[in-house]
Amino acid sequence: MSARVTLATAHRVLLQIRHDPRTVALLVVVPCLLLVLMRYVLDDREQTFQQIGAPLCGLFPFIVMFLVTSITMLRERTTGTLERLMTLPLAKLDLLGGYALAFGLLATVQAVAVCLVGFVALGLDAPHGAVLIGALAVANALLGMALGLFVSAFAQTEFQAVQFMPAFILPQLLLCGLFVPRDAMAPLLESLSWALPLTYAYDALDRATDPAALDGALAGDVLAVAGFAAAALALGALTLRRRTA
Amino acid sequence: MTLTVPKGSVTGLLGPSGCGKTTLMRAIVGVQIVAAGDVTVLGASAGSAPLRSRVGYVTQAPSVYGDLTVVENLHYFARIVGVSAERVTEVTEIVGLGGRESQIVASLSGGQRARVSLASALLNEPELLVLDEPTVGLDPVLRGELWRTFHQLAERGAALLVSSHVMDEAAECDELLLMRDGALLEQVSPAALRERTGEQDLGQAFLRVIEQAEAKA
Repeated sequence: MSARVTLATAHRVLLQIRHDPRTVALLVVVPCLLLVLMRYVLDDREQTFQQIGAPLCGLFPFIVMFLVTSITMLRERTTGTLERLMTLPLAKLDLLGGYALAFGLLATVQAVAVCLVGFVALGLDAPHGAVLIGALAVANALLGMALGLFVSAFAQTEFQAVQFMPAFILPQLLLCGLFVPRDAMAPLLESLSWALPLTYAYDALDRATDPAALDGALAGDVLAVAGFAAAALALGALTLRRRTA
Repeated sequence: MTLTVPKGSVTGLLGPSGCGKTTLMRAIVGVQIVAAGDVTVLGASAGSAPLRSRVGYVTQAPSVYGDLTVVENLHYFARIVGVSAERVTEVTEIVGLGGRESQIVASLSGGQRARVSLASALLNEPELLVLDEPTVGLDPVLRGELWRTFHQLAERGAALLVSSHVMDEAAECDELLLMRDGALLEQVSPAALRERTGEQDLGQAFLRVIEQAEAKA
């Protein structure tokens, strides 16, 4: 692994993003608008907006990075650039690290924008500081990136890759406890939710937006998110094959 | 099978579509899952880490980033193989893309895209350059220019393996590898092939070789 190649890859991914300003605008503006929409849909239910809106600020980057990464990596596979990279002196970790750096930076921009709208403009409470939510958002974005990278190996077309969003992400959103507390679900679903990465990502955000004092449980959640991300990255690295049929 | 791609020459890999040219080239570069056996190139296992900076490969479909400019593509590959920015300018001139540096690759013509892909493989002056049908679909003028480029690269000491399914390109090569149905029929120079078969047209000569192989079998 080489820092030069990792940085070159991050630079290349950022250049690709820069050539597509509309995508960048959508990445930053859409989550902010959705948050505003939610604020006024829940106009009479300020408590519900606080409960859902605050954690959602940290979940948007997860959803978006999952989608962006799975499609970008799929393009690398289908246009032959991945095969070219695999014939060059580039370690798989250089490629993954480059992606993580570039998308991590993009996720930071997105998280800052969403947090500004949510915690400053719309008056959401961040009892432990909006910076904590922003940091969790970036961690979740890297989790989304790692999962997107992994599932991109199972898509042959961009249509399929887009369909993985509802298939992989929506069930996790429903089961993570954001809309309904997990202990109110059917027991089987509650057990299942323990195995899903988004459950820990949401739990961390829930604690970070709860006025109660923070304890070790938050650290446990963050560790779980990091563990899931590392496992997905390792599985993703396995799907980057030097040799193909 | 053993085949030799001599240093300082252009070796043509010829045979009909679907005969296994791409599979053989991918095996040499080390990106093909080989059903059985080992592939050794330049004394090392094909595709092994030390070979990745000594062997260059250009796929049939241009494998460059369509959403980047010519020079952005080349700078990225240059940083991976560890060559300077000056080399980017050099290879841009070699493939005749001077003046198009800041054009987005997706907006180039098919032939120009193919040359960006070729330029990327020339950056670190690989000892062995494997080119899969680099002239397919190009106009005759451009094709002639590319063949001159290949010979210039060979003169600088590289070994080139160039595939084609068009027999009239065989005359451009120093050495020929004739392939059919996944088997290598023979390695021969165009002159020797003409002399032995008594055919001036290399397409006809290839047919004689096939007939002879079938007669033996």
